[in-house]
Amino acid sequence: MFAYLLRRLFFFIPIVFGVMLLTFVLFFVVQSPDATARRVLGQKATPKSVENWLHNRGYDKPLLINHTPGKPWHDSLFIHQMGRLATFDLGTSDVSGRPLREVFAQGVLPSLLLTLPAFLLSIALGVGLALYLVFIRNAVVDLAASLFCVALMSVPVMVYVIFGQFVVAQVLNYFPAFGFELSGWSTPKFLLLPVVLMVVSGLGADVRLFRALFLEEMGQDYIRTARAKGVSTVQVLMRHVLKNGLINLITLVVASLPFLIMGSLLLENFFGIPGLGNVLFTAIQAPDFAVVQASVFLGSLLYLGGLLLTDVCYAWADPRIRLQ
Amino acid sequence: MKSLDQIWVQNLSLLTGYSLLAGLIFLGARSERWRSAWRRLKGDTVGLISFAVILVYLLIGTLESIAVPSASGSRSLLQQLTRSIPQETSYAAPLASTALSLSDPKPLKSRHLLGTDALGRDTFVQTLRATRSALWIGGLTSLIYIPLGVLLGMMAGYYKGWVDDLVQYVYSTVAAVPEILMLVSILMVLGKGLGSMSIALGITGWVGMARLIRGETLRQVERPYIAAAKAMGQSNWKIITRHLLPNVMHLVLIKFVLGFSGLVLAEAVLSYLGVGAPVGTASWGTMIDASRSELSREPLVWWNLTAASSALFVMVLALNLFGDSLRRAFDPKQGA
Amino acid sequence: MLSLRNLRIDFGTGPDRVQAVKGINLSLGAGETLALVGESGSGKSVTGMALTRLLPEPPAVYAEGQILFEGEDVLKMSPAQLRKLRGGKIAYVFQEPSTSLNPVFTIRNQIAEAIDLHRSDVSDVDAEVVHCLDLVGIVDPAKRMHDYPHQLSGGMQQRVMIAMALACRPQLLVADEPTTALDVTVQAQILDQMRELKQRLKMAMLLITHNFGIIGGIADRVAVMFRGDIVEEGTTQEVLQNPQHAYTKALIGCIPQLGQRRKRLATIDHSTLG
Repeated sequence: MFAYLLRRLFFFIPIVFGVMLLTFVLFFVVQSPDATARRVLGQKATPKSVENWLHNRGYDKPLLINHTPGKPWHDSLFIHQMGRLATFDLGTSDVSGRPLREVFAQGVLPSLLLTLPAFLLSIALGVGLALYLVFIRNAVVDLAASLFCVALMSVPVMVYVIFGQFVVAQVLNYFPAFGFELSGWSTPKFLLLPVVLMVVSGLGADVRLFRALFLEEMGQDYIRTARAKGVSTVQVLMRHVLKNGLINLITLVVASLPFLIMGSLLLENFFGIPGLGNVLFTAIQAPDFAVVQASVFLGSLLYLGGLLLTDVCYAWADPRIRLQ
Repeated sequence: MKSLDQIWVQNLSLLTGYSLLAGLIFLGARSERWRSAWRRLKGDTVGLISFAVILVYLLIGTLESIAVPSASGSRSLLQQLTRSIPQETSYAAPLASTALSLSDPKPLKSRHLLGTDALGRDTFVQTLRATRSALWIGGLTSLIYIPLGVLLGMMAGYYKGWVDDLVQYVYSTVAAVPEILMLVSILMVLGKGLGSMSIALGITGWVGMARLIRGETLRQVERPYIAAAKAMGQSNWKIITRHLLPNVMHLVLIKFVLGFSGLVLAEAVLSYLGVGAPVGTASWGTMIDASRSELSREPLVWWNLTAASSALFVMVLALNLFGDSLRRAFDPKQGA
Repeated sequence: MLSLRNLRIDFGTGPDRVQAVKGINLSLGAGETLALVGESGSGKSVTGMALTRLLPEPPAVYAEGQILFEGEDVLKMSPAQLRKLRGGKIAYVFQEPSTSLNPVFTIRNQIAEAIDLHRSDVSDVDAEVVHCLDLVGIVDPAKRMHDYPHQLSGGMQQRVMIAMALACRPQLLVADEPTTALDVTVQAQILDQMRELKQRLKMAMLLITHNFGIIGGIADRVAVMFRGDIVEEGTTQEVLQNPQHAYTKALIGCIPQLGQRRKRLATIDHSTLG
C-alpha cells in the first residue's frame, strides 16, 4: 500500500510545477506586468506611479533571463515567481498591500461554517434518498424522481438564492436574509438559509449520482449470491450495497473536502459571509490579480491534496488494495 | 472581439455551423448504430418533446443571429420582426396599460406581454433575443473543446506510450486548477465578452472530453477490427479517422448535448460575477444580474427575473433530458 | 420433492417479449441428482433461478405453471417465505466464483451471514464456519476464514461458494455451471468434491451445464433443453448410450474424445433441428 501511495505522490510533483508554470504564463505573459499595473491603479495610473508599483513588487525585472550588466542572470521575473510559490509565499494584495496569508487565514473559518454543514447534510440526504429510490424500484417513482432531479439541476444557483432570499426575508420574515455574525448562538441564524440553499442546489446532481452508483452495485454478481442466500432487500442495501458503494462514494466525497475550505463564491457574496469565496469575489471586481493568482495556486494544492487523500482512503477501504 | 459583430462574419459563421450539423447528420445516417439509436429515440416521448423544445430555441436564436441591414446599421432578423413593439421609458408590469409608478402612472405606448425592464424594453423580446448569447456560448465553446478533446483523447488512447503520458500530464495540470478559478483567471486577463468566455470555457472543457474519449479509445483499440486494419497495412492516421472516430462519435454527441446545458448555465453565472458578457449584451445572465435588486422595489418587479430564469431553465432542462434520452438510445442497457 | 408443471417464463413486454422457458415439466426426488443440459440460451439457467423466484421481475414474467417444492407452489409464496426457502432449503452455486463473492467481506462473514439467517441451532458460528470449510476440503480453515475472496485461487473460491451453500443444510443444491470458469484439473477436483458431498449429506442436486462430459458419475438423470423446451429426458445411462433426439445426439457428438482421429471439432447445425 505504501509503495502505491508513494508513486502517487511522485506523480503530483510535476503537476504542481505545471500549475506554477501555468499561473506564471497566465498572469505575467498573457497580460504583461505593465498592463496589470495599469488595470490595478486604474485612474491613478501615471507613468511614474506605474513604475513605482512595478518596482515595489519586483515586477520590473526581465521575464526569463536577466541580461543587464551587473545583475545575476537568474534575477528574472520567472525565477522569482517560481521561487516565491515554491516557498509558499503567497505575496501581498495588489489593492490593499496586506499579506495574503493573513487575508486567507481570516476567511477560512466563515467559509467552513457554511460549507461543512451543507456538505454533511447533502451526503446524508443524497445517500438516503438514493437508497430509498433503489429500494422501492418503482418505474413511475423512478421516472418522477429522475425528472425532479434533472429539474433541480437545471436551475442556476443565483435563482435559488434570489428566490430564497425573497421568500424568507419578505414573505416569511423568520430569518435574516443577509449578514453574518460570529457570536455563539446567533451564527446559526445567519447560516440557515445559505446552507439550505447550498444543499438544495446540489441535491439533484447528488441523488442522481448516488442512485447510479447504488444501481450499479445492485447489478453485481455478489448481490445475486446474497439474495440467493435469503438476505432481505433491506439488508442487501444496508449491508452489501452500502459497504461496496462506500468505496466509490469515498472517491467522490473526499475529493470535495478541499473545496469546502474555498467556500462558495456566489453564496458568500449573496449573503455577505466574509469567507474565502467573498475574498475572491472582491478580488475579481477590484481587480486584484495577486489574490486571484494566489487563489489559483492554493486551490490547485488543495485539489491535489484531496486526490491524495482519496487515494489513501481508497487504499485503506478496499481490501483488494490494502492487502497486497 | 469586434470582428464578430460584422454582418457577414455573423451570417457566415451561422451558415458554417449549420452545414457542420448537416454533415454530421448525413454521416450519422450511414452508421447502423446511429440508425438503431434513432429508432429507439422515436419511441422516447420525453426525448422527443425535449428535442422539439431545443429546436424552437434554435430557431429563435437563429432569427436573432441573422443580420440584416437597416437604416440604423445592422440589426437582427428578430429585431426586424418585432420592430412594431415599442420601447417605453421605464418599468411596466405585464399586460398593464400604464407605467409602473406609485405616484404618476403615465399611459404606455402599448401593452407588453411580459412587461418591460428598467430601460422600458419589452421583456418578452429581450428574453427571446438573449437566446442568441446562450447558443453562441454553447456553439463556439463546443467548436473549441470538442475537436481538441477528441483529437488528444484518441491520440493518447491509440498511441499510448509517451504521447499518452504527455496528454495526461497536460490535462491533469489544467484539471488541477479548480474550474471556477481557472475561468475567472482567464476572463480577468482576456477581458469580458462572448469570445473570451468561449475560450475560457473551452480551455477548461476539453479535459472532460479528452478523458472520456481516451477511455473509450483504450477499450476500442483492443477490438479485432483495429488489429485487422493494422494487419492490412492501414496507416495510423487513417485508422484513427476512418475506424476509431466513427465508433466514439456517439459519446461525443451525448457529451456535446449535456455539455451545452452546462455551458449555458456557466454563462449565466459568469455574467453575474461580472466576468462574462458585457452589460449591454442581451443574455439571461445579465438579465438575472440586473433583476437582483428589483425584488426589493416598491412596487415589486418580478417579471424580468421570472422571464430570464424560466427561459434559461427550460432550455437547460430540455438539453439535460434530451442528453439522457440520447444516452439511453445508444445504450439501452444503461437505463438512466 | 420438486416438481415443475407446465412452467412458462417470458422476458420483456410488448413486441420484444421472448419465451425463455416454454411450458416445461420436470421432477426431482429427494437425494436425486438431475443434470439439466443445453447450450447458452436454452433456458436452463432461467429454470434454475426460477426455483426460488430469483429472476429480476421485471423483465421476467412467470406466465404460466407451477413450481412445487415439497407440495407448496413457490410462485405463490410470500416474500418472507421465499427468504426462508432461499439458502435454507434450496441453495445455489454460481458460475463465476470470483465475482459471486463480495470482495469487501471476509469468507467467515459471508458464510456466517447464511448461518445467521437459517440456522438457529448453531451457537458457535465460527466453529460451524470452520466445519463447513473443512467439509469442502479447504486446508487450514481456521486461518483461511479470515481471508478476503481475492486472496484465494479460483478453485478455492468455488469451494467456499459450495461451503456457503451447504452451511444451512439445504435439501436441494442448484449448481449453475459450477466448473465452467475453472481450469480443467480444478474442474475434476470440484466435481469429485461435489460427488462426495452429495453422497455424504444425501442432498438432491440440480446440475446445470452445457457440457455433457462432466455429468457422468454424478447425475442420476438427465434432461436436455433446447430453446426453452425439454427435448429428451431419462437416466444418464439411457440418454448417453441411446440418445433419441437429434439435438441430444449432436450435443454428445461434440464431446472431444481422447484418441479421436478427427481434423475438425464437431459443431451443431441449428437449422436442421427445427
